[in-house]
Amino acid sequence: MATYKLQINGRSYEVDVEPDTPLLWVLRDNLGLVGTKYGCGIAQCGACTVHVNGNAMRSCVYPVSAAASAKITTIEGLSEAGDHPVQLAWDEVDVAQCGYCQAGQIMTATALLNKNQKPTAEEIDNAMNGNICRCGTYHRIREAVALAATKLK
Amino acid sequence: MSELTQESRRNFMKLFAVAGGGLVLGFNSTSSIASGLGLIDGSNLPAAAIDFNSYLSISPENIITILSPNPELGQNIKTSFPMIVAEELDADWTKVKVVQAPLDTNKFERQVTGGSGAVPHSWERLRKAGATARQMLMEAAAKRWNVSANSLSTENGMVVHATSDRKLSYGELAIEASKLPVPTDVKLKDNKDFKLIGTAVRNVDNHEMITGKPLYGLDVYKEGMLFAVIQRPEAFGMKLKSVDAAKAKALPGIVDVVTFGNNVAVVGKSTWQVMKARKELKIAYEPDEALESSADHDRLFKELLNSPEATVRRKDGDVEAAFKNAAKVIKSEYQCPFLSHSPMEPMNFFAHVRPDGVELAGPTQTPQRARDMVAKLLDIAPEKITLELTRLGGGFGRRLSADYVLEAAELSSIIKAPVKVIWSREDDMSGGTYRPAVRYRFEAALDAKGNMIGYKLRGVGINSGNPTREDNFPSGAVENLLIDSVEHKSPITTGPWRAPITNFLAFAEQAFLDEVAQAAKKDPVQFRLELLDKAKKTPVGEIKYDIDRMRGVIELASEKSNWGKKKGVHQGFSVYFSHRSYVAQVAEVKLVKSVPVVEKVYAAADCGIVVNLSGAYQQVRGGIVDGLGHAMYSKLSFKDGAVEQKNFNNYRLIRLKEVPEIDVHFVNNGIDPTGLGEPALPPTGGAVANAIFKATGKRLRNQPFMEQPELKGGKVI
Repeated sequence: MATYKLQINGRSYEVDVEPDTPLLWVLRDNLGLVGTKYGCGIAQCGACTVHVNGNAMRSCVYPVSAAASAKITTIEGLSEAGDHPVQLAWDEVDVAQCGYCQAGQIMTATALLNKNQKPTAEEIDNAMNGNICRCGTYHRIREAVALAATKLK
Repeated sequence: MSELTQESRRNFMKLFAVAGGGLVLGFNSTSSIASGLGLIDGSNLPAAAIDFNSYLSISPENIITILSPNPELGQNIKTSFPMIVAEELDADWTKVKVVQAPLDTNKFERQVTGGSGAVPHSWERLRKAGATARQMLMEAAAKRWNVSANSLSTENGMVVHATSDRKLSYGELAIEASKLPVPTDVKLKDNKDFKLIGTAVRNVDNHEMITGKPLYGLDVYKEGMLFAVIQRPEAFGMKLKSVDAAKAKALPGIVDVVTFGNNVAVVGKSTWQVMKARKELKIAYEPDEALESSADHDRLFKELLNSPEATVRRKDGDVEAAFKNAAKVIKSEYQCPFLSHSPMEPMNFFAHVRPDGVELAGPTQTPQRARDMVAKLLDIAPEKITLELTRLGGGFGRRLSADYVLEAAELSSIIKAPVKVIWSREDDMSGGTYRPAVRYRFEAALDAKGNMIGYKLRGVGINSGNPTREDNFPSGAVENLLIDSVEHKSPITTGPWRAPITNFLAFAEQAFLDEVAQAAKKDPVQFRLELLDKAKKTPVGEIKYDIDRMRGVIELASEKSNWGKKKGVHQGFSVYFSHRSYVAQVAEVKLVKSVPVVEKVYAAADCGIVVNLSGAYQQVRGGIVDGLGHAMYSKLSFKDGAVEQKNFNNYRLIRLKEVPEIDVHFVNNGIDPTGLGEPALPPTGGAVANAIFKATGKRLRNQPFMEQPELKGGKVI
């Protein structure tokens, strides 16, 4: 066990966990930030996507020991009131079915838009292809990312 | 006014009586999910509200709370159920709060998600719930204003007396209304007066989902709760021989290692610690039953297809004579592999078995069955068990089984502590209740004019039950018909998988009918319409599908896709009846550098009245994506009883780049809803395979398509 200081959603946390604990389980079990989901544990589905220094990262394979000096954003920290342009677009397009994968989808989409404010359809497809949605909401995911791009300031 | 059966009226009144007479009830959710982060939902509910019936309460502050009793797994029931109540109530939808009800067998019946049956089953009941409350509110206003109730109307959550230009909100009338006698005969709206039903209403949980609020079973964290993972036998047919847990037990955070049945549970203080410690278990297994491999099943299928001992499912006319007299006989075999349900949220459940009762929480499609099975297992009264229903991160039929609930309860009873059992993805995929592997042999006899005078289908499957749907089309349209089946019993567990049996049977049947149409030199759509005509004019035996509804979707899909008239694309047709609804599809394939690419799918659905257009549209699109993805890519195979695919690295699910454009249309016939959670899935594989045949001349008869020699190197975008 070791103590780690983490910067998450603009707040400081201190946790005492084993160094190889994936960030995902620290967020969920230790910090109560359960919006980040467990889907596969091997970085294949994207349900656990968070931002580490602005980059989309699979938190299920990202050890807490590597996160210590990083700036981490989770779905809970995307906006105060749930009104980030990507979140608004997700609501407007009514993307979610079961909803379980959607936090990861939103974090992937946000990371894309942070780097590329006017993505082409192909760039959206490439960015979102790593996130599985078992309900098959892919059309609405595409639509929502494109809509969010129009809402960016 | 709609007719209510005596039985449904009685049930409704019984439900009503539970809370009749204006019971004041606080809807305090008992959830302590993710302590400190708020409740599952509806966290700002009024402290006291007037209960009008099992579904509905109205607070004096004018907040209308509608309970949604059925498990929500993405079929959008938590939005569409309350819409039906709110429609008849004439409520202001923006003031409606929706709350997921826990299991309550006194208040609700059929708290089940399965069989696309929730809306068809509850349609009248929910409408009556809204309409009855509305009438009581009008009576209360009539009394207060001393006018006739007939002179009043309602709009947007208000009772209106137009003559005197007076209005009162439902909240202002709630207390008085709740003291009135419950009317026994209320008028339901005419369909044409629907304001909310048929519109696109956003999911009531959108805000919670897009902000990451705790909603799902895995998000359950309770005071003093322990975490557990369970090592189950790695192969079907194995049993536990011995366990050495010394090393695992010594690891940090591990509280205990417990063995029950064939399970070895590692219990500890966090998810990661128990996952890690599980790897240190030294377990020996021994064979208990046959350890089957997929190669064995392939061999078995061949034997069973020729077995003299089959269960006859339907027999019309003299099929042997028809084939003897045939001018042409067409014969084909179709096969599908096992599939995993793989909902994005793996199996999990929370259980706390105490001496005085049991607390359960988590995702299940059948809360009552889960509770009753736990009661039996632990030998306690079902009334002493509470079950808090979380949102389900997908289900697809996997959560109809209660195995994972029973495990959690048994483990909690052994360790005498609250515990959440978590399945890793590998556990989920290797411990499933799979879609059974099935093989079909179809035979058709044509006369000299190309009429189908004989039809034979044999279905053989591994733990498949009856893999046919013997009364479905084209039964009733063929004079001489024989449908039979043979089942092989296996240690591999199977169960309902979204659109059970029809998820593959529809593909096989619709692809085979395409082969027959081709042999008869007929247009595939025309061929089906001729068969339907025949079933209508000269029905053979019993017909259990609605010929006109099937014709309706065929015609709508043909019209919208401009069937047969397009240049440069290859179209494939399919139509299927399942779970009371009808869906026809046209897939369009283009050859890009001689590789077939599915560009577009048109769907025409008849599910009766569409409740929520947004949800319904996505049910059809999602069903098609599901049907396409599993037909193209997914396969679960076995080697010596163990699954060979354990995670998404080699169990392939469809991804965003692989979905074609999908164009959805609904038949508007005004009949009561008939369900939409499953019916859009079955037709997809057939439409796509038939289009690929048109494009390439190659028949795909086995799934997944991508592994077939006909499509090597092929791709779908």
